[in-house]
Amino acid sequence: MSAHAQVHGVEDHHDDHGHHHKETFVTKYIFSQDHKMISKQYLITGLFMGVIGILMSLLFRLQLAWPDHKFTIFEIFLGKWGTDGVMDPSIYLALVTIHGTIMVFFVLTAGLSGTFSNLLIPLQIGARDMASGFLNMVSYWLFFLSSIVMLFSLFVEAGPASAGWTIYPPLSALPQAIPGSGAGMTLWLSSIAIFIASSLLGSLNYIVTVINLRTKGMSMTRLPLTIWAFFVTAIIGVVSFPVLFSAALMLIMDRSFGTSFFLSDIYIAGEVLHHQGGSPVLFEHLFWFLGHPEVYIVILPAMGIVSEVMATNSRKPIFGYRAMVASILAIAFLSTIVWGHHMFISGMNPFLGSVFTFTTLLIAIPSAVKAFNWITTLWKGNLQMNTAMLFSIAFVSTFITGGLTGIILGDSALDINVHDTYFVVAHFHLVMGISALYGLLAGVYHWFPKMFQGRMMSKKLGYIHFWVTSIGAYGIFFPMHFVGMAGLPRRYYSNTAFPYFDDLADINVVMTIFAIVTIAVQVVFLYNFFHSIFYGKIGPKNPWNATTLEWTAEVKHIHGNWDGPIPHVYRWAYDYSKLNKDETDYVIPGQDFIPQHVPLQDNEDELDH
Amino acid sequence: MTAFLVVLVIILFGISVWQMSRIFQLAQVKPSIHSEIASDKDNNTNGYLMMGFLAFMYILAILSFWLWGDVLLPESGSEHGSKIDNLMLISMIIIFLVGILTQWLLHYFAFIYRGNKTKRATFYADNDKLEFIWTIIPVIVLAGLIIYGLFTWTDIMNVDKDDDPLIVELYAQQFNWKARYGGNDNTLGEANVRLIEGVNQLGVDPADPNGKDDIVVTELHLPVGRKVLFKMRSQDVLHSAYMPHFRAQMNCVPGMITQFAFTPTVTTAEMRQNDKIVDKVARINEIRREKSVGLAAAGEEPLDTYEFDYMLLCNKICGISHYNMQMKIIVESEEDYKAWLATQPTLSEQLSK
Repeated sequence: MSAHAQVHGVEDHHDDHGHHHKETFVTKYIFSQDHKMISKQYLITGLFMGVIGILMSLLFRLQLAWPDHKFTIFEIFLGKWGTDGVMDPSIYLALVTIHGTIMVFFVLTAGLSGTFSNLLIPLQIGARDMASGFLNMVSYWLFFLSSIVMLFSLFVEAGPASAGWTIYPPLSALPQAIPGSGAGMTLWLSSIAIFIASSLLGSLNYIVTVINLRTKGMSMTRLPLTIWAFFVTAIIGVVSFPVLFSAALMLIMDRSFGTSFFLSDIYIAGEVLHHQGGSPVLFEHLFWFLGHPEVYIVILPAMGIVSEVMATNSRKPIFGYRAMVASILAIAFLSTIVWGHHMFISGMNPFLGSVFTFTTLLIAIPSAVKAFNWITTLWKGNLQMNTAMLFSIAFVSTFITGGLTGIILGDSALDINVHDTYFVVAHFHLVMGISALYGLLAGVYHWFPKMFQGRMMSKKLGYIHFWVTSIGAYGIFFPMHFVGMAGLPRRYYSNTAFPYFDDLADINVVMTIFAIVTIAVQVVFLYNFFHSIFYGKIGPKNPWNATTLEWTAEVKHIHGNWDGPIPHVYRWAYDYSKLNKDETDYVIPGQDFIPQHVPLQDNEDELDH
Repeated sequence: MTAFLVVLVIILFGISVWQMSRIFQLAQVKPSIHSEIASDKDNNTNGYLMMGFLAFMYILAILSFWLWGDVLLPESGSEHGSKIDNLMLISMIIIFLVGILTQWLLHYFAFIYRGNKTKRATFYADNDKLEFIWTIIPVIVLAGLIIYGLFTWTDIMNVDKDDDPLIVELYAQQFNWKARYGGNDNTLGEANVRLIEGVNQLGVDPADPNGKDDIVVTELHLPVGRKVLFKMRSQDVLHSAYMPHFRAQMNCVPGMITQFAFTPTVTTAEMRQNDKIVDKVARINEIRREKSVGLAAAGEEPLDTYEFDYMLLCNKICGISHYNMQMKIIVESEEDYKAWLATQPTLSEQLSK
């Protein structure tokens, strides 16, 4: 406790001479208020949760491919739900539920946005730290607590939440309906409530930091696209996460205090419940009011990272900077008015379905602009195939493939027959799951030297990791579209109850084999990551020859980032391969980039981007 | 002396060669690149692999269609279904064209512009004209799709009462389906879960005269060519009535009545003759025969031979047996349907038993 108290005693402001404090192990590695350490904490917690989430998917992929086979691995991991190697149907539903929850919230929201917003916002805007280091620390520890609660829920007697990650009531409200809706669901809701508090504290901090702490000369139009993406992501989070909180609160009341927000006319386990007048459709509205913006909370930071990594490694400015910013803003705005496309056949008024079809297909326009701009960024570049660059290119590929099938799902008439089938599963895994993971991995490979004091990850292992992953990801999710279009619903423990689907068995086997290989190669990544933390080769201060401010900061982590004064900014973040007035050489001879803190040179034109 | 001079010359020559080689060595720009940063060789290898990956994607797509093209649903068994299929086909063609083109551009650029020490990237920051073009093209294409889609959607969802549709209630509960016909008056009696009692499992109001002739069944029979208006109810949790062969789906929500209407156009007997279905059934039975051999060896019951039937599935997670919540649908001629219905007891008959 004394250590904890000390944290509060630490002065939070710095003068420009980089004054440092004595730090103890606890203040440096555990209750740290330094954004760089918090970012690493987010990343490692996120990776840990990711390992669990992905191993869960391995278990249910095995079940789907060989439903009649007995797997000892089920008995080892699932205990009483895997007796004799046969997976229990209820634990199958629990696995898909927790897999979804962990991947969406704990890995792709906290692990992605939490890691890179924390690392890059202060470093790239030229700030000593977040606006509030203390709130930032609280934000991480709330996330940690919510992860613990979520993991704890795996061990309750009746099993973890198993109503799907969308936890639609009444299934999620009534323990009579499914065992996982007992203590497991209570813990799920508690965990998510804590998670929302964490996310809000983090987001408010990001917003305030970007607005107030930009260094001299860093106007909004000179911000790197990463910062724009994190900034707008935080705004969407602040707008939509509280709505999920209210939905969770109302669900808790329906479950525990006998209210009827979402329940009405229910006869279950031989008796009529007293609930009257509520509507599950209301819950769906509240859930998706967060749920849809959530997919953009997941994908926008990845887009920002990809834009940055792609420009740097193409040695070219990002194409259409203003259009990229405008499309981020357009996507953010539209993302809050498209939630109904998850509910075309929920029983809501068909006219509302028409409205949501319209807004949904609108959102394809800024997405298309972004994809074309990325492709044009590559055009006539001098592409440096670092691992981060490969993942960025693959991001554009999966984003296009997954995004295109969105045109089908967003069209209410077409949605009727593919709704809730594997077609949807394939679509969202490619467009937000795999794509956002690629964004996360690109970010890790690119900023690893910044996170771990100049050490670099092995490029050879990186290449192996990349190529196997990118082939595997398509191998899993491309065939999955066929399963969906054959009419197979998702969340089926087994399709053996329908002989009609018997001929899908070999597709399921193919998908599972690709999944096993893809999951196995992630071990290479984990080894590369942890090995490089301690034994990675120390690289140059600015290994990728990037223009942004984080590479001017000290390699060794100091509280305050820059030992001397904070650099001022004189140009945008994308002066790659800019030529001098005579077009004889680069502006700085022999160097194909001009860092943001370099003043305008005599031999260059000032361009309006 | 001469020997000394010769040795001296040789030594000096040796030194000068060594010095020259040093000069060449120093004059040469040392490869300053760090071993974990992509070298030109890496750029080259990965550039070629990008083209390889493009080929992999195209081959995967072609292979998938070749191997699994026949698992897809057959032609629609309902009137509106062909409109959906048509729109689906148009959307798919657009998607594939755009997909093939953009993936090609992406990977081809990644290949052709792979980095090299001697290359110089082009500083190309924006071009309003280009960006306008690729904003307006999606706008036009999507506008077309939206308009087509919305007309189709409105057409499907708006039920014209003048069509005199057959009224059928689909009743969902964990984990089975029931259907209730309106009887001679084609009107369903009022119902509520609070009235569930004994054989009255659907909670039909015994006081409602409309309910007397209602008929509750566990196998859905539909007359071909007549519009059917389904009224959906659920007694416990959310379910979704999914009839993939009719391109029909609607959630069943406790506390409210949802609806969906379609006109079946192909009888079960006709669908069993459909080429795709014939092939599919043959394939499935082949798989089942192979499996039965294994089962017989293990001393277990062999699998039944499969025959095609339309089906109603639950497509909203509803509990442990969600994966096995189904009802058989039979589409038949008006006469067969009427004959079948006549054999089913009405609700009042059931209640008075």
